[in-house]
Amino acid sequence: MAGVGTEGQPLRVAVIGAGPSGFYAAEHLLSAKGTVVEVDLFDRLPTPYGLVRYGVAPDHQKIKSVTVAYDKTAANPRFRFFGNVEIGKHLSIEDLSHLYHQVLFTTGAQTDRQLGIPGEDLEGSYAATEFVAWYNGHPDYTHHQFDLTQTAAAVVGVGNVAVDVTRILLRTPEELAKTDIADYALEALRESRVKEVHMLGRRGPAQAAFTNPEVRELGELPAADVVIRPEEAELDELSKAELDRTGDRTELRKVQILQEFAARPLTGKPKKLFLRFLVSPVELIGKDGHVVGMRLVHNVLAATAAGSLSAKPTDRFEDLAVGLVFRSVGYRGVPLAGVPFHEQWGVILNEKGRVLDPASKQPVIGLYAAGWIKRGPTGVIGTNKPDASETVQQMLADAAAGKTFSPKEPTAAAAEALVRARQPQAITYQDWKRLDELEVQRGRAASRPRVKFVQVEEMLAALSR
Amino acid sequence: MNISHVLARKGAGVITIRPKQSIREALGALAQHNIGALVVVEAETRPVGILSERDIVREAVRDEKVFDRAVRDLMTTDVIVAAPEDDLKAVAHTMTEKRIRHLPVVTEGRLVGIVSIGDVVKAQRDAYEGEVATLEMRIPPEQPEQS
Repeated sequence: MAGVGTEGQPLRVAVIGAGPSGFYAAEHLLSAKGTVVEVDLFDRLPTPYGLVRYGVAPDHQKIKSVTVAYDKTAANPRFRFFGNVEIGKHLSIEDLSHLYHQVLFTTGAQTDRQLGIPGEDLEGSYAATEFVAWYNGHPDYTHHQFDLTQTAAAVVGVGNVAVDVTRILLRTPEELAKTDIADYALEALRESRVKEVHMLGRRGPAQAAFTNPEVRELGELPAADVVIRPEEAELDELSKAELDRTGDRTELRKVQILQEFAARPLTGKPKKLFLRFLVSPVELIGKDGHVVGMRLVHNVLAATAAGSLSAKPTDRFEDLAVGLVFRSVGYRGVPLAGVPFHEQWGVILNEKGRVLDPASKQPVIGLYAAGWIKRGPTGVIGTNKPDASETVQQMLADAAAGKTFSPKEPTAAAAEALVRARQPQAITYQDWKRLDELEVQRGRAASRPRVKFVQVEEMLAALSR
Repeated sequence: MNISHVLARKGAGVITIRPKQSIREALGALAQHNIGALVVVEAETRPVGILSERDIVREAVRDEKVFDRAVRDLMTTDVIVAAPEDDLKAVAHTMTEKRIRHLPVVTEGRLVGIVSIGDVVKAQRDAYEGEVATLEMRIPPEQPEQS
């Protein structure tokens, strides 16, 4: 493969998944010193930005402004976007190997982990991610229904997604109407009768995964009082010793915030958030196929051999009357046909981003991974930048060593021709910017950041397709 | 972040050795894989000890015939192990405090991975870099200076 990466024969890379990792990888590839790279970024949805559009909560618009950096990458003449094109449906990996030197997967972690308890499949029990995708207008979730006639909901988990779901359930329609929440979700939440949300952490306040700004925000909701049982906000001896040992100021601050919440009196706001610690659901109780309650076991903390604190169930149980349950206890990647997958960790088997053959543990030529599908669902949006950089370094090294696919037609024109033949409704970045403009326009009248298109047909129609 | 997240990004499995194998074989494995410790297992995945390069060095000073001896003689049996659910922060602290460089990761008595102090430091560094990158994105671009 001598000569690949030059003006005459650019290194051609297909990136699968147009979320933050896909854009950061494209940015690193396009700015590689001494190697000319062309990037085609694919997404199965017509819209780019992945979880920035469909994950980040609508009341966190500031975070969504990272897309400015992605647009900058997209403006590079060696960058193209093919939205509404699904790998495995419109194009196979084999097709890609005829057109590109390298294929990079940035497909994220698309499914949630189950609780693994009886009653989990009852009506009224949902994955928090489904709710998130629904209120954010993800085309696959537009028709989902959530039973918001219930008055009490439980959110299982105390991570960032759990916090988002809790906050959205407790916001007023007036607050939500200022955001870019999907229209149908806004209407459904207007009619919501949810008055109580019980957020459940299996360990103590010191171990909760939410960040301090997020938890502070929960204490500032205009229409909801936050309630914490003083005994659950109190640190146990092990957590106290751990905090002393590590001197972790952020964690100390988090505990102080939570203890301050515990000391607050009720102020008569119409809704209540019950923030619970050291409890785990052991069973969802159903009636006529619908959740009516949840059995909780109270936990204590115990130190593991390596010095971490883990939850151990006691013999104390408690029944909680809830008609809605959102589980948010972790995510995992989805295997892609023909790409080695590590079931236990829920990621593509890889080393520094090079996809590995499961039998030989040797790199598979031409295939790479970055982002959550590479390392699992951890970190913040920016974590994907150094992560993508690590993978891109391997890609460039391999390209320099001639370890790439040997594509028959490594040209932008050949790739475009096949994409158009297989998916005439492919969306370009120009198309997307037009949709973006229309969404913002639709929002302007209602003083909203945008009104999203929530169905693929709707997007195509707006583009007069 | 927990230990399973550290393992998820490590790719290949754990290099192991049996108690009855020789130190010569152990040194070969350490050199071949460019690593600092081997998990000693019985019956494929049941860890019974750990053998580090330091264990071998220490013994080589006393006994020049160390090459022919069995792994069993030199391995550390009092092994601290981690669980996939263990918090990275707590484990990092334990490793630093107790000067442990390798922790086998065990689920229900079965070896599922190993984390080195290098893995832990890298995971923490990546997390901090990510937070910094995220904060940087929120800073508006510098305005060109007025002349």
